[in-house]
Amino acid sequence: MNLLLILPILLPMVMAMISVLTGLDRARSGMLAVFGALLHLCASGFLLATVVDHQVLVLWMGNWPAPAGICLVADYLSAAMVLITSVIYLAVMVYSGKEITPHQRRSGYYPLMQFLTAAICGAFLTGDLFNLYVWFELILMASFGIMIMENPGSRLTSAVKYVTMNLLSTVFLIMAIGLIYGLTGTLNMADLHEKVAQVDNTALVTGAALLLMMAFAIKSALFPLFFWLPATYHTLPVPVAAFFAGMLTKVGVYALIRLFTLVFVTDVAVTHTLLMVMAVLTMVSGVAAAASQMDIRRILSFHIISQVGYMVLGLAVFTPLALAGTLVYLIHHIIVKANLFLVSGLIQRATGSFDLKQTGGLYQTHGLLSLGFFIPAFSLAGFPPLSGFWAKLLIIYACLEAGHYFLGATAAVVGLMTVFSMIKIWTEAFWKKKALPVDSPVEPLVDIPFQLMGPVLCLCLLTVLIGVFMEPVLKFALVAGEQLMSPHQYVLAVKGGG
Amino acid sequence: MEALLAMLVGLITAAAFYLMLSGMLVRFVFGFTLMGNAVNLLIFTAGRLTHSDPPLIEPGQTGLAGPVANALPQALILTAIVIGFAMVTFLLILLYRTHHQTGTLDADQDAFLTEISLSEKGKVS
Repeated sequence: MNLLLILPILLPMVMAMISVLTGLDRARSGMLAVFGALLHLCASGFLLATVVDHQVLVLWMGNWPAPAGICLVADYLSAAMVLITSVIYLAVMVYSGKEITPHQRRSGYYPLMQFLTAAICGAFLTGDLFNLYVWFELILMASFGIMIMENPGSRLTSAVKYVTMNLLSTVFLIMAIGLIYGLTGTLNMADLHEKVAQVDNTALVTGAALLLMMAFAIKSALFPLFFWLPATYHTLPVPVAAFFAGMLTKVGVYALIRLFTLVFVTDVAVTHTLLMVMAVLTMVSGVAAAASQMDIRRILSFHIISQVGYMVLGLAVFTPLALAGTLVYLIHHIIVKANLFLVSGLIQRATGSFDLKQTGGLYQTHGLLSLGFFIPAFSLAGFPPLSGFWAKLLIIYACLEAGHYFLGATAAVVGLMTVFSMIKIWTEAFWKKKALPVDSPVEPLVDIPFQLMGPVLCLCLLTVLIGVFMEPVLKFALVAGEQLMSPHQYVLAVKGGG
Repeated sequence: MEALLAMLVGLITAAAFYLMLSGMLVRFVFGFTLMGNAVNLLIFTAGRLTHSDPPLIEPGQTGLAGPVANALPQALILTAIVIGFAMVTFLLILLYRTHHQTGTLDADQDAFLTEISLSEKGKVS
């Protein structure tokens, strides 16, 4: 039963190897990728169902005993993240079939995306700090490969920014890992939970914790360290942008949640207060920067930043309810944000441009696309009864409950400012009369193929369903929050399983 | 010995940051390589410096006899070196291609920056 844990990592890797070795043509490699994504979704769904039954699953790789071996662990948070990854993976793979050029396919688009998915799932499931570092490196390598694929000149300088910032963050990460190993003599996260509390030199522990926080803050685009994100995401091909926007920063957020609930809880006054300050500044600066942009994808990129702020805020408030809010926010945000990036590609197909000034009239010509934008956009902005409303409500409620009135108020105001940006896109691209035709490299498309519209509508449906059937999701998230706040179950499962 | 190595790590890190912040991307590569070495030294020092036997089991025995050196930090360093090597290779090729496109590797030069504003005008594939 525990072997189930390896499947979300193994399946995409096997698929990647098959698609490298067989060298199929365009249609077949696309079909294979969709098939692989479907299998992945089944495995992740099954994993989640098993985790709900057994609370925490542990798998020791190669059957090495507890302190030396590397284990995979799935608790509620990990399993939920893996499931949501496979949902986005499936949607993006279906969308890619029509969007990816033959050149990109020949440069290894599908294998790289599959390795990326495997690495992301690996990062979600690992129970070992050094292993986490290795998965992060794999994520980087795969994303670098995708990012520099087919370069019409504009992408390399932005790739340079992404590559250099992320390399820097991994250096911080490994430095912190070295220090933590020196202090405790272990790198297993469950083991660290106990050992970190026993270390006398608390200052050095906090120092290492802050180094780790820096590393993951770069990856999850927190306040002073987010500039690589808006510089790169708008230059990527649409399905890649959607997958990166949905998943990459969230892996950083996941790592922050995992480490600052399981390992570094000895000095909450320093670490979580700092997280709180960063979270608020991230929310405000992201949403403010988005207000001044006119390119759809740049607006969406800045909104990623502001939304990451909400998630980290939930972690910083550090109550079970706040952590449950963070999990709901993660689930909601990944679906909605990936969907919005897919929609931005459709807007570009329908009007020939990503620039809001050159779009318009879509509400008249593309009714279904309007719906496909309306639902995720206003879910992002937090309109009831969509998923974003509940996510924001939970975070704000948790802030108020913990007595952080200022934070709650800020979160609400940032939500209002998000509405502003979404209304801007809505009025410019959908309600405004069509601008005069411009010489655009892309021929405007009247009919959007179903293969592109399908994933968007399915993700919309998911957003609505999560919003309407909030009760089970919330119950799940509350259990996850309890699990994160008191990790004895996690620790027992890992240490007992050796 | 630990104090000496700790100071060395600090020194190399400082030099590496100086190089990385210079704005010249070739210097960034040097800085990154230096930083990698500093980190490896740090892990090595953090794993305790001891004069002891290598962790090998003698023929005919079933376990280790007596205290041996800690092998884990070296395994970590080895992994970090391999990954760092791949990253530097990738970075060098990326910078070579970037130089090919922009004609400069100075991050403050216009040629490096205008490339981005081109893409902002909606010139997407």
